[in-house]
Formats: sequence, structure tokens, C-alpha cells
Amino acid sequence: MMLPPKYIKEIEKYAEKKKLTEKKKQKIIEKIESLYKRFVYDPEEPIGIVTAQSLSEPATQMTMRTYHFAGTAGIQVTLGLPRMIEIFDARKEPKTPTMTIYLKKDYQDIEKVKRVAEEIKEIKMKDIVLSTTIDLTELWIKCKLDTNKMKEYNIDIEKLPKKIRIRGIETKIENNNILKVVYKKDDIRGLYKLKYSLLESHIKGIKGVSQVVVNKEQDEWVISTLGSNLKKVFNIEGIDPTRTTCNNIFEIYDVLGIEAARNTIVEQAKFTMEEQGLDVDIRYIMLLADLMTVDGEIKAIGRYGISGQKTSVLVRASFEETKKHFVNASVKGERDKLKGAIENIMMNQVAPIGTGAFELVGSIPKTKKAEKTKSEKPKKTEKTKSKKAKKAESKKKTKTKKS
Amino acid sequence: MKYKIGSIDFSILSPEQIKNIARVRIVTSDLYDADGYPIEGGVMDPRMGVIDPGFHCRTCGGGIGECPGHFGYLELAKPVIHVLYTKVIYYLLKYTCRECGRIMIGGKSGKKTTQPSTCPHCNAQQKKINFVKPYVFYEDKKELTPLDIRERFEKIPDSDLKAIGIKGGRPEWLILTLFPIPPVTMRPSITLESGERSEDDLTHKLVDIVRINQSLKENIDIGAPEFIINDLWELVQYHTATYFDNELTGVPLARHRSGRPLKGIIQRLKAKEGRIRGNLLGKRVNFSARTVISPDPRLSINEVGVPELIAQELTVPVHVTKLNFKEAKNLLKLGKVNYVIRPDGRRIKVTEENRKDLLEHLTTDWVIERQLQDGDITIFNRQPSLHRVSMMAHWVKVMPYKTLRMNPSVCPPYNADFDGDEMNLHALQTEEAKTEAICLMDVKHNIISPRFGGPVVGLDLDQISGLYLLTKKGTIISREEAAQLFADAGIDIKLPLKDKFTGKELFSLLLPKELDMEFKANCCRNCDECIKENCEYDAWVKIRNGELITGTIDAKAAGAFKGKIINKLEKMFDDKEIVKKFIDDAGRLGTAFIMKRGFSIALSDLDLPENIRKKIKTEIDKAQEEANSLIEKYKKQQLSILPGLTAEDSLEAQVMNALASGVSRVSDIVAENVKQTDVMVMALSGAKGSIINTTQIAAVVGQETILGKRIKRGYLYRTLPHIKPFDLSPVSRGFVARGFKDGLTPFELFWNIMNGREGLMDKSLRTRKSGYMQRRLMNALQDLKVVRDTSIRNSNDQIIQFYAGEDGMDPSKSYWGGLNWKEYVKEAE
Repeated sequence: MMLPPKYIKEIEKYAEKKKLTEKKKQKIIEKIESLYKRFVYDPEEPIGIVTAQSLSEPATQMTMRTYHFAGTAGIQVTLGLPRMIEIFDARKEPKTPTMTIYLKKDYQDIEKVKRVAEEIKEIKMKDIVLSTTIDLTELWIKCKLDTNKMKEYNIDIEKLPKKIRIRGIETKIENNNILKVVYKKDDIRGLYKLKYSLLESHIKGIKGVSQVVVNKEQDEWVISTLGSNLKKVFNIEGIDPTRTTCNNIFEIYDVLGIEAARNTIVEQAKFTMEEQGLDVDIRYIMLLADLMTVDGEIKAIGRYGISGQKTSVLVRASFEETKKHFVNASVKGERDKLKGAIENIMMNQVAPIGTGAFELVGSIPKTKKAEKTKSEKPKKTEKTKSKKAKKAESKKKTKTKKS
Repeated sequence: MKYKIGSIDFSILSPEQIKNIARVRIVTSDLYDADGYPIEGGVMDPRMGVIDPGFHCRTCGGGIGECPGHFGYLELAKPVIHVLYTKVIYYLLKYTCRECGRIMIGGKSGKKTTQPSTCPHCNAQQKKINFVKPYVFYEDKKELTPLDIRERFEKIPDSDLKAIGIKGGRPEWLILTLFPIPPVTMRPSITLESGERSEDDLTHKLVDIVRINQSLKENIDIGAPEFIINDLWELVQYHTATYFDNELTGVPLARHRSGRPLKGIIQRLKAKEGRIRGNLLGKRVNFSARTVISPDPRLSINEVGVPELIAQELTVPVHVTKLNFKEAKNLLKLGKVNYVIRPDGRRIKVTEENRKDLLEHLTTDWVIERQLQDGDITIFNRQPSLHRVSMMAHWVKVMPYKTLRMNPSVCPPYNADFDGDEMNLHALQTEEAKTEAICLMDVKHNIISPRFGGPVVGLDLDQISGLYLLTKKGTIISREEAAQLFADAGIDIKLPLKDKFTGKELFSLLLPKELDMEFKANCCRNCDECIKENCEYDAWVKIRNGELITGTIDAKAAGAFKGKIINKLEKMFDDKEIVKKFIDDAGRLGTAFIMKRGFSIALSDLDLPENIRKKIKTEIDKAQEEANSLIEKYKKQQLSILPGLTAEDSLEAQVMNALASGVSRVSDIVAENVKQTDVMVMALSGAKGSIINTTQIAAVVGQETILGKRIKRGYLYRTLPHIKPFDLSPVSRGFVARGFKDGLTPFELFWNIMNGREGLMDKSLRTRKSGYMQRRLMNALQDLKVVRDTSIRNSNDQIIQFYAGEDGMDPSKSYWGGLNWKEYVKEAE
């Protein structure tokens, strides 16, 4: 077992600072390494159960209060227990998808940042329309446009008609501030529907991004958004694709791959926990994220994900949908090998986890004479840790009884 | 020899198997004869097992508890569909050829696969199969009887079945021709007090099936008209269906005479109280006790005070050997043995009458079940058992009175208090269990939480206040007082030869000589520049060679969750007795000192001088005015709108902000001017309460919120009928401008109660949601373990992580998740 590189680096830095000789440094590393060995996991530690407990015990203290303003940014994001459940469920679309967009160094200027932000924000017709009038006899809709806003959003009025992509209409500009939409069908109900789809139609920016906020984060301009679309944002000039992220795990998976998705799960879960002021070791969150992504795709915690894909019939049946799993198992002629903990508890047997995974082979000497010669033998077979030695001894008793 | 189950196979029972495992052929639906004896060939046939004590099984001769029961079978007059397999039957009908029985690959339309129109093997034209829930199949609107289906399935070749993964048996077995009757042992009847027999739900159902089947057979034999036969056939189908599952969609519930729905086989297995989750995974135990808990700081953290009454009832088995024969006999003589087990396995209750007799017969191969006594190991638990430290091993200390007692320092891991909480105690029965409890579950081995690598066992409440008062600057204690203090605390220690002690010196006596550390105490005010040892609040804790030089001991030093000294001691010594002793002694010392000094709070502790009150009032008025001006601006549409928000939302955000900053300014004033009383001692030491609570009582409660927003709901455009519509002012939207001590106006009280109610709702909702989340997490993670090569694998040997936690470190052994190597380097140098 080697000392993790993180600590070796730290020690090297320390040695440099203190100007220690190579020999001394090596000595320190050796000492810390021996220390590290005491910090290592015991074999057969039921880490899964500890992880589940460590993550869910603090969850009982979390608030249900869903929304929170993320910093001064003014973007509301789901937090607390609902967000935690969202992450573990691996929902395809989070309740509040957000992006954090970082910019390249030569774009660190408020004007440039604002321009990028403008490019990202989705503008719908309703954002630039002041009022609408409908003519039911002639079947047209007139939209009075807000020219100030259009200037602000940098929209060319001449190009506007082309941007509305709705079938069966004709559009033209009147008076330089009115958009006239003529409906080609003779359908009054359809006209009302058209009004809504017209106001909702996408004009500019990235679809789904409804809010864009620019703020400073440690001498750097950062754009936060509500609504996410990484693929399109990556195409915008000036953004730094190496650091730009979103909180939608599936989107990260699609765009950046499974490892990135795994890191996002860790990051998001950690952020949610810390925001609530709860202290959970990051190793547990990492284990959960690794479990969710181990097959190269994101699997949820729950009956449609990890729990539903377990090999053991009994484990699946004990969780949810008991009937389905038993019926399918019998049709397929499945065999449950009883390798896990739960199955053995069901069978009233010792579960092969923790101390239950150890078996000690050895015999108790019968005569006093034999005791002397054989006394060292059981110790050699005790490959288990000293902590479990006592337990092992008692096992020995039962073992001999059996034989 | 102990048997071990190696694996379990699941498959479909074939008619031959049903016949083979059955010992009885069921022919009649009657249960008992006139004398009340079960009828042979009936559903309660005595050859299917015993349920009455004193009887023996007619098949295997075993008594109750020995005979596992035996199956019977019923010959169905006409085959029926097994309802649980309707889906499989449907797919097989759809994708196998109606002529040759071969598997046909379906076409695709969109996402759904469709039934092929012709068979690729024999080119036979296929007909559209329809499945009408619950169990009827149609082929081009013509109903397929179970007989037809069975005939078709017989044609499917084995190799084809294997190819589509049906390996559990032949599909025609899914159409029942023989019906297995389960043994009576799994559906015992209960004899009521009146002598009447009450049969199990399954028995009722079986009687129905047998009865209808009988009349179906008779009707076929006499050549009854087809519609009668079909009706009866349908009825048999219905009864078999509800026998298996009584919650099928489209099937009326089968009901008991009383109207209660009957329990089918699926209902027995399913859900929380079902066989699997309720009985196989959740077991009930003997040798356990439960009562109210109460505190006793004189107990060590790994002890539990057991009431005599409980100790007399709980027992521990002891094998009588040559070595303990005398003691065993003595125990028996004293009446401290409840049962004895003779070598032949008979368990005899020890009574006054038979004690003498038993004393004479007691030999070395007997087992006595001894009452609990001091020094036994037990497991102590408080529900909800959210994490592993909710169950820890404690050593027994038998005590008078009727509550279980524990050291208050172990309350944090159990999340226990003494307002009526009850806890469970389990007496361990085997040597394996005992050693495991001692080596792994003892409180002293669980001081560090695996969750964050810090202590969960530690001082709480008055213990912290006491130590804070003892160790703060200026506490001088005479030798006599010090001796008295330690005596009160029950600490056996040698006082140095000195006439006067500071509190720090007394506390230092509890620390081991090797301890060296420096850290900020809880009472640290977070000054801009830390002057460490010269801190005017004495908040820089410095310990050298086990001597507390500067600093005050409080929650950061010895408290649960935060205690740095506890954490350090745990890591420093392999002998956990040292940490245990430190927690014990520190807690007792704190309690003893606080009792000697006296500790009391009063409402007047939070009185503020008149000029300060005025200052606070102006501060609150200022905040409210600010809010009102924002509202004015909003009404005039001059309000600056925050990016990404609507006008209303930005008003709300700005008003909330203005009020909150006003309250926090008040909070600062309160913190500076409040009297330094025991209330502040609690807040500063981290024992209980904070400056926010103080402010809320003394000065201003602040904004009450619903769903994180100002109170908005209620009437049209207003919160209460006493308020003018469209009033957005702080007072009308839940701002409480007074402290609890001043008294709240009726409005303010109402806002406060609204907030309180929301808190209650939130709590009950949260416990449910997080409970389900825990169950799901458990199920997903339960069989991950660290294997000997440091990788994490599941029960299928799939590797999840190559190096556990990426660095192989166990957080419960780490220093708040890390490796505090720097401290060790100093030692090395």
C-alpha cells in the first residue's frame, strides 16, 4: 500500500519550504506511510451500508424548502432534500436546470460578457411584443413591437418575419413597428391557438434558457443561467468550454461523457450537502457516483436503476415489485446464488460481509504436549486482522464443534 | 452438522412435479366431519401436515414444528390459465406460429414491435392475438380457451424456448391442469374461544376452487349444456386467479363473509408487512427489553444502567464447566438462574419447588440461563436506527428503579434526550455475538463517526457550560474546593501540591501528558487578525504536554461533533480506554463544577438598557422605512428590477434583504450590549442557543416566512381581513418588529404561528421522503464491500472502485476525512 500521491506532493512541498534534505524527506514519507497504513480500510468492510447511512442520516435534517437564490446571482435552484432525491433518481431533466458559464481570458470585460450573455438568453416573441390585436373576420393578428427592447436585444426588425417558424401563416412588417400575421386557414379557434404559439415562438438565443445573470466571482465574470443547453453554449464564441458546466447530469453525459457525468454527480451532491451545512465525507459521495456510472451509463438509485438490475432475484423481490420479479425468475429459470448479504439474512445464514466473511481453519490441540508444539500454528493461519482475532478464536470453538 | 443453503432455483412447476410432491389427492370440498375431525381427501386432510398440538403427521410422523407439511393436488376438470403468467402467455401467443409453433421475429412500427403476419418458417397466415385483462385471449375476436392455448404451446420446440430465455420449464405448464394444494401448515386454522374454527383465507379460497371444480366435473359428466359448463369454467378461473393474487386489475375482489378482502398468495409476500420484508428481512427477537431512559453521569459512556426488574427477566446462557461449576451452582442457589437446559435439550424453568432438586442434578454439561449481572455486554438501541451508532454495545450495570440509564455524553449518536424517550436493550446469547459486540460495537470503538471522521460521542449542554466556566480566565479554586470538586465528580486523581488552582490547571489534570495541540475555541469572535495566545476573549486553545496553557474549553474542544481534543486523543492512542476516560471525566467535571457554581437564567437576563432599546427601535424603524420606500418605488414603477426577475419578485427580494440586514444590525447591537449572564455562557460555549435566539427574545423576531417568501396567502389581495387590499408593507406581510419578551401584536403572533405550522408540515413530509430515500440507497448499496485488494466490489464481484475512496482511507479512522500528517512530522523532527 502506497501513500496516495496527494500526500506525497504535500510532503514534497513542505520539504521544499523547510529546505529539508532528501534523506530527511524520505524519512518523513516513510513515517507518514506507516501512519497511513493505520488509516486504511479493514478488509470486508461493509462500505456500501456505511455509505447509505452516511448519506441518508443527514438527509433527515435537510429542509424541504425547495428554492433558494444561489448567491447574489438571483437564479433560483432546487436545493435540500428534493435536489438530493433528484440527483439519486438520475432524472432526465432537473426541476431547475442551470448552467455556469465561464469565459475566456480575453473576454473578461463587462461589455463583452454582456454581449455573450445576450447571445445566450432566449428571446421569445412575447418579450418584444407590447400588445396584440386579433381580427376575426379578416383572420389576422397584429403585434405591436417594442422597438426599444428590440434594440436592446439587438434584433433586426427586417429579419424578424423569417425567424417565426409556424406553418400556414404569412408575416410582414407594417409601419416599422407592427408585425402583421395573416392566417391562411379559415379557422377562428386555430387563430387563437396561433396567437399563443406566436407569442411563444423562439426568436433569438438558446432555447430553454429563460434567465441569464452576469456576476463577478473572484475577479472573474461568470454567467449563470436558468435552463441549460450545453451543446449550443459550447458553440458560442468567447466561452471557456473547459470549465463551463451545468447541473443536468444527463446533459453532461451526452456532451462530455460518463466520467464528466460522474464528476458532476459528485459535485452536485456535495454542493447540496454543504449548502445545508451538513458534513459528509466526499468518499461516500464518490462511491455512490461511481456506482451510478459503473456500466458506462447513468443508472438511478431505485427500482428502474441499480436495484432493478441486481443479479439476485431475492434482493430485487425484497425491494419493490415482488410479484414481477418472482414470476420472471421462474419463467427464466433463474438461480439465486445467495452471494450477497440480504439473501443470506433471508436464509437465516451468516452473511458474507464484515466479520461474516471470515472463516478460521485450525484445530484445538487435545493434549498438553500437543498444545506446546501446535500453539504457534493457529496464529499463522490468522491472516485476519488483530481486531478480529478474538472473534476468530470463538469461531474456532464452533468450528471444532462442527467437525 | 449445520446445513447451508447454497443457491435457490426458480422454475415453473410441471404437472408431473405437482403429482410427485403431493401426498394427497383432494376430492371433496368438505373440511370436517360431524365430529369435527378433518376429512380425508378434503382441503384440511391430516396427511398434509399437523397444526394441532399433540397430533402427529399422517405422512411423516412428525409433530408440530417437525413436520414441514406436505402438498396435495387437485385434478382440474378443465385447465385454467395461471394469472401471474398472463403476460408471458400473451407474448408467446403473439410471437409463435399458430401452425408450427416456431418463434417469429416481430416487425417494427415506431418503438413497438408488431406481430408478424406470416410465419417465416412455414409461411402460415397469422391471426391477430388480443389480450383482454385479466385472463382472456382472443384470436381475431374468437376466444382462445386454455385448452387451445395449451395445445399451441405444446408445439413450441425446446430449442426455440431456450433462444428466448425461457428456461424455467415448458410454457404449457403455465396452463394449470393439476392444481397444487399447499400444506395446512402454511394456512393453519385458528380455534376461537367459543370453540369455533376459523379458517385461513387460503383455505377459504381452496374450498371455493375445489367446490366449483367438483360441480364442473359433475356437469360435464351429465352432459350439461355448454353455457353452464362455460360459466363454471369461468368461475374456476376466477377463483384460481384470486387465490394467487387478489389485487388484479379488472377482477372483482374476492371477499370474506365479513366483507374484508381475502389475502392471496401475492398479498402474503408483498410490501412492508409481507413475508419477505416483514418476516424474512425483519425478524423479531427474544431477550430484549425496553423502557424510558434517563441520564446518569456517574456511569461510563460504555455502560448502561439496567433496572433490577429487567435484569431479572433477561438471561444469558452459561455452559457449566469444571471451571465455573461452583459459581453456577451458587447462582442457582441464589435464585439468579431462570432456566436450566439439560444435556438432552430439555429446558426447565427454575422455581422455588424444583430448585433443590435441580441443584443436586446440576452437572458440567448443563447450560444455565443466568440473569443479567454487572459486566455483561448488551446492545443498546434507539429508533429510528438511522446509522450504525444507533446501536452500540454497553456494559451492564444493574441499578435500582425502573429506567434504563446512560451517560449523557452518548446522547448525540443515538439522538436521544430524556423527555420520555424509550430505548431498547438486547442481551447477547452466543460467544460470537458477545466478542463481536466487544471488539466492534463497544461505544469506545465508535466515538468517531464514519460519516465525517469526527467524534459523535462527546459532551453536551451543561457539561460544556460547566467546563467553559471552569476553564475561562479568572476562575480560581482553592485546594479544598478542588478536592471537593473532584470528589463530587467521582474522579480519583492526585492534586499537585498547591494552595490555589486555576480552572485550566484542574482541567489539565484530565489530559494525558503527551497531548500537544492548538486550535480556535467555539467562543472565538473571528477577529480580522488573530493574535493567538494573546486573545482577549481567551479563545486560542493551546495545550502543551498535557497542560492547558491558554484558551477556554468549550464545544470545539470537547463537544460532540466538534470536539478536537476527543478526536486527537482517539487517534493518538490505540487504547480507547484513554478517550473513554477523558469523556467520562470531562463530563463529570463539567457537571460537578456547574452544580457547585450554580447555573440559572431569568427573563431579566435579556433586559437591555433604555438607550439601547431606543437604538434598536430606530434601527428597526429604519429598516421598515427602507422597505416602505422600496414599495413606494415599486408602485410608481421606479423600482430597479433585478436581472432575471419579475418586478414583484425583485421587490420581494429587495424588501426581504432590507429587513434582514436591519435585523442583523440589531443582532450586532444585542450581542454587544446584552448582559454577560448564563444565557450568554450557553451561547458562547456552544452548549445551546445562539445569538439569533437571544436577539429574537430580547429585541426583534424578524421576518416570518412561508415557503421562503414573505407571507402572502390568505384573502384576496391581502393577508388578513383587517388589512387594506394591496398593502405590501412589512407589518402586513409577516414582519415581526418586536421581541418575544416585549410581546407580539395579534398580527405578529399569527405570523409566528403560521411559520411554526409550516415547520411542522415540513418535518412530517421530510421524514417520510428521507425514509424512502434511505431505503432505496440501502438497497442499491447494501452489498458493496471493500475486498482484500482494497477494491470495492458488489456481490457479483463487479468492481465499483479500484481503490476504496480513491485513497483507501477509512473516514472513521481519518482526521475529519484527511491525513493529519503535519502533526506527526513535528513529532518526527
